[in-house]
Amino acid sequence: MADLQPRPLPTPTPETAHFWEGTRNGEIRLQRCLDCDRTYFPSRPFCPACGSKNVEVVTASGRGTLLSYVINHRRHPSFDGPYCIALVKLEEGPTMMSNIVECEQTPDALVLDMPLQAVFERQNDEISVPLFKPAEQSA
Amino acid sequence: MTGVAIVGAAETTELGRIPDTSQLQLHADAALNAFADTGLTAKDIDGVATAGSTPVELVHYLGITPRWVDGTSVGGCSFMIHVRHAVAAIQTGQAETVLITHGESGRSGIGRGARGGGTAGLAQQFENPYGAMGPTTMFTIPVLRYMKEYGLTHEQLATVCVVQREWAGRNPRASYRDPITVDDVFASRMIAYPFHLLECCLVTDGGGALILTRAERAKDFPQNPAHILGTGESAESPMVSQMQDLCSSRAFRVAGSEAMRDAGIGHDDVDHLMVYDAFAHLPIYGLEDLGFCQKGEAAGFIADGNTRPGGKLPLNTNGGGLSYMHSGMYGMYALQESVRQMRGTAPAQVPGAEVSVCLGVGGMFAASGCIVMGTEATA
Repeated sequence: MADLQPRPLPTPTPETAHFWEGTRNGEIRLQRCLDCDRTYFPSRPFCPACGSKNVEVVTASGRGTLLSYVINHRRHPSFDGPYCIALVKLEEGPTMMSNIVECEQTPDALVLDMPLQAVFERQNDEISVPLFKPAEQSA
Repeated sequence: MTGVAIVGAAETTELGRIPDTSQLQLHADAALNAFADTGLTAKDIDGVATAGSTPVELVHYLGITPRWVDGTSVGGCSFMIHVRHAVAAIQTGQAETVLITHGESGRSGIGRGARGGGTAGLAQQFENPYGAMGPTTMFTIPVLRYMKEYGLTHEQLATVCVVQREWAGRNPRASYRDPITVDDVFASRMIAYPFHLLECCLVTDGGGALILTRAERAKDFPQNPAHILGTGESAESPMVSQMQDLCSSRAFRVAGSEAMRDAGIGHDDVDHLMVYDAFAHLPIYGLEDLGFCQKGEAAGFIADGNTRPGGKLPLNTNGGGLSYMHSGMYGMYALQESVRQMRGTAPAQVPGAEVSVCLGVGGMFAASGCIVMGTEATA
């Protein structure tokens, strides 16, 4: 494996600080509108559906499904070999981009709609990024 | 009808690899060629719109004194949106003669400003950490979902490129002209599964410029006019991950339906279609989101030969971004081809074409502009 550089890291803004504080603590924090009940992402201090500022931060279950993906074959300084860039449909409704870990990065292993579970990869004292692994199938 | 026409249109003298020319000069080369196309000079221009460079750079560099400027920069469809804005400006008397330019040293990177930058924007926070690296990984990411929902096959996706290469073979200025097969597409290098190299657009240098004015002045110019019949624009999200529907572009639907309504045309009136094809799935999305095909049917429509030379809806007749050229913001070249088809001067001219629809995309399904052109002032 070649020496890899750190991932491109986000700089949180006042509006997104709660999200990155959440991932630091092993949680995906979404927001929910108390007026129209919509749960949304990415973070902003008002509801994108109705404009209400009457919103709260909610902790997501961390469960989701694989909505779509590509397997990137071009070199990226932070990734080793072909890697999956995924869109994950969270149980609460919103979609987020992520990577799928603990899984072969192949079309055969990456099956659309497979259940996923969030894991958190620490980058530094401030930033941990939310990734997803195949969920354990409950019997 | 809008009462506005494109009376001047030209691309840069060269396309492809132009390492001896800066990006700003590519804008200017295209503008000077458009002046030559019309007999106008910089002194005759009172409105300027551009993206990639700023209108301020352009007016300074070309020696224009504008009373109207538009620097809308929303990616490769910016030029469609400039046309729409220029129509409104000309209709209201804010400008009489508008120049729209594009120049991009996409391959050689000469005089090109820094790209990207920043870590606090939405895409920088919520997409870049996962290794998203530009269009090849982001524009492509919806397609596996489309394939599952609508049964699109890898063969059908590759066929889009095969058909467009047929058009490119008829165009002496196209970058790639040799015929290809589905097997050739599959044999090309994997870029981002499921996309092979031949399913991705080119990266080249070039530019283009348009000159618009009131339609009643069109007869004063040497070339046949391309009348602007209708226009539309829209935007959705700076992040492909936040598309409302991975199988359809909201911006396409809004811009396209508005342009066709504005033009007062139906689908049967359309003789020629351009859909900005940064990747092989774009024509499929465009055909469906414009309403030429039902959802899930566009790939079959293409595979059945409807869009190839001699088909009932000629599509991307210059060879498209997949085979003609793609500098980065390709929308200008789609517009140029629609103008050539309306003038009757395209290398692969569609016989009798009277109405052309030209759909652009900006970013990764982030924005859209749509222009309907005609050989006559009314459809």
